[in-house]
Amino acid sequence: MAEIRNYTMNFGPQHPAAHGVLRLVLELDGEVVRRADPHIGLLHRATEKLAENKTYLQSVPYMDRLDYVSMMVNEHAYVMAIEKLLNVEVPLRAQYIRVMFDEITRILNHLLWIGAHALDVGAMTMFLYAFREREDLMDCYEAVSGARMHAAYYRPGGVYRDLPDTMPQYQSSKIHNEKQTRLRNTNREGSLLDFIEDFTNRFPNYVDEYETLLTDNRIWKQRLVDIGVVSPERAKALGFTGPMLRGSGVEWDLRKKQPYEVYDRMDFDIPVGVNGDCYDRYLVRMEEFRQSNRIIKQCVEWLRHNPGPVITDNHKVAPPSRVDMKQNMEEMIHHFKLFTEGFHVPAGETYAAVEHPKGEFGIYLVSNGANKPYRLKIRAPGFAHLASLDEMSKGHMIADVVAIIGTQDIVFGEIDR
Amino acid sequence: MSTSIQEEKLAEKLQTVLADKIVNSQIQYGELTIRIHARDILSVSKLLRDESEFSFDTLIDVCGIDYSTYGENLAAKHGLGDKRFGVIYHLLSVSFNHRLRIRVLADNNDYPVVDSVTEIWPAANWFEREAFDLYGIVFDGHPDLRRLLTDYGFIGNPFRKDFPLTGYIEMRYDENQKRVIYQPVTIEPREITPHVIREEYYGDLES
Repeated sequence: MAEIRNYTMNFGPQHPAAHGVLRLVLELDGEVVRRADPHIGLLHRATEKLAENKTYLQSVPYMDRLDYVSMMVNEHAYVMAIEKLLNVEVPLRAQYIRVMFDEITRILNHLLWIGAHALDVGAMTMFLYAFREREDLMDCYEAVSGARMHAAYYRPGGVYRDLPDTMPQYQSSKIHNEKQTRLRNTNREGSLLDFIEDFTNRFPNYVDEYETLLTDNRIWKQRLVDIGVVSPERAKALGFTGPMLRGSGVEWDLRKKQPYEVYDRMDFDIPVGVNGDCYDRYLVRMEEFRQSNRIIKQCVEWLRHNPGPVITDNHKVAPPSRVDMKQNMEEMIHHFKLFTEGFHVPAGETYAAVEHPKGEFGIYLVSNGANKPYRLKIRAPGFAHLASLDEMSKGHMIADVVAIIGTQDIVFGEIDR
Repeated sequence: MSTSIQEEKLAEKLQTVLADKIVNSQIQYGELTIRIHARDILSVSKLLRDESEFSFDTLIDVCGIDYSTYGENLAAKHGLGDKRFGVIYHLLSVSFNHRLRIRVLADNNDYPVVDSVTEIWPAANWFEREAFDLYGIVFDGHPDLRRLLTDYGFIGNPFRKDFPLTGYIEMRYDENQKRVIYQPVTIEPREITPHVIREEYYGDLES
């Protein structure tokens, strides 16, 4: 009889299923995982320390780079924390724009998640489908902020600018002739809102497509059902939030329970799971696609009929318009001070949290009255989720670890910060 | 958004249950903060989790903080004394939908020690490792207190206020040695925007 002993295996950091730079040290007994020790920090950029050395406004783009698949929601928590300390009022239209883009971001994030998760489990098609829709939403980002991903669009006091009246259009090339290009541009003739509305009309069919591919798929269910089961009590103790917590059957969503911006005016439902396994979390996220789509529709409807300012007129916080700046001495000074010294935030501390696509994303901001934060702590949902990887994967096969990483929706930008 | 009436009620309840353990408590921006002694953190946490009128079942966040350059006035206002390191806990009760912030100050500035709450909330595990890594705060009773975010073999606690932003060592690929080498930093520390504190009520924002 040969002697049997545990193997220690290294997984990552350059593994396609590691979702970035996760290094796992796995202790294996045959194919069964006995212990999983994630080594993180390979993408650590000390965002919090950098923010302490920059003015408040200069740190907004850092927030995009935290969770780099749900950019605007990160900014949202950050600007909300600043607004709380400054006590500035955000115009209603800006709040609607923020909610709309939060939900667009949620769809963007979940699309990447379903693509990568299915790819890890072995379904290539999903990845291609998901990226087809992501392209449209990235165009919305581009139209509104000029950048496809790292938007820096939310600013303390509102959003950077109003929604544009035109969409960027495709141009004919060697690959697409004039006729094809005209066809591709049909939904880009109108304003950004028209384009988003067209998307929300198409999107439920796309979700149906995904569900046709996956929900009743035998392989998909064999890989996900009863994998990584977490009980509701345990999920709360482990600090789970967002779809991870809802998948375990706890009805908890900050958009409903502690509504911020105009979420209390929105009509939507919170999906919850029953068993707390990977498959339930998949179903929860699929339903969130549909609910987000509903919210976007309501926002588009409101935004069409209610023009107005999109950033506060307090020029100690938000810059004045270019015309005013050139004609008015006081505004000139405001502009100059704002972009050299930055605004000062009254001393105090606050915690602002938003329902991020992955869970509760919070910013704990301590100010000592300077033009830079004294301490900025980023509470990333993925951090608490990944910490539980050991517990979730214990006793499962090594192939299931990949499914669990997928279901946790790990993105290293926010975990390593 | 939870109203501050709710917070006041919670503060009153906490005051009756924990009267002698709360050093001070305040409500700011609708958020309740209590400060307790470092020696009480375990007993208070256990009570906050298990007592049915609080049931703080989720630990949202634990973070370290270095108060060394906070400013004398503010330090005095918060009663920090000469203590340098603090640990901030953010608690959430999913059942009652309320939040609480606990501030604990480590007694010793040279060797800050705080009891670990991993026994009470397993979520604290990595958060405490992070605070240990970045601030050098030791969590007594933590099962596996290793560095988390910094490089293997890193020396120092990078988030302390006396640690320079550029750090002490840098890493690059050396063409001659055909390997990655570590060397002292070659960039000079600089400050692009100076750190400025203006007089109170700047720009009439609070009045």
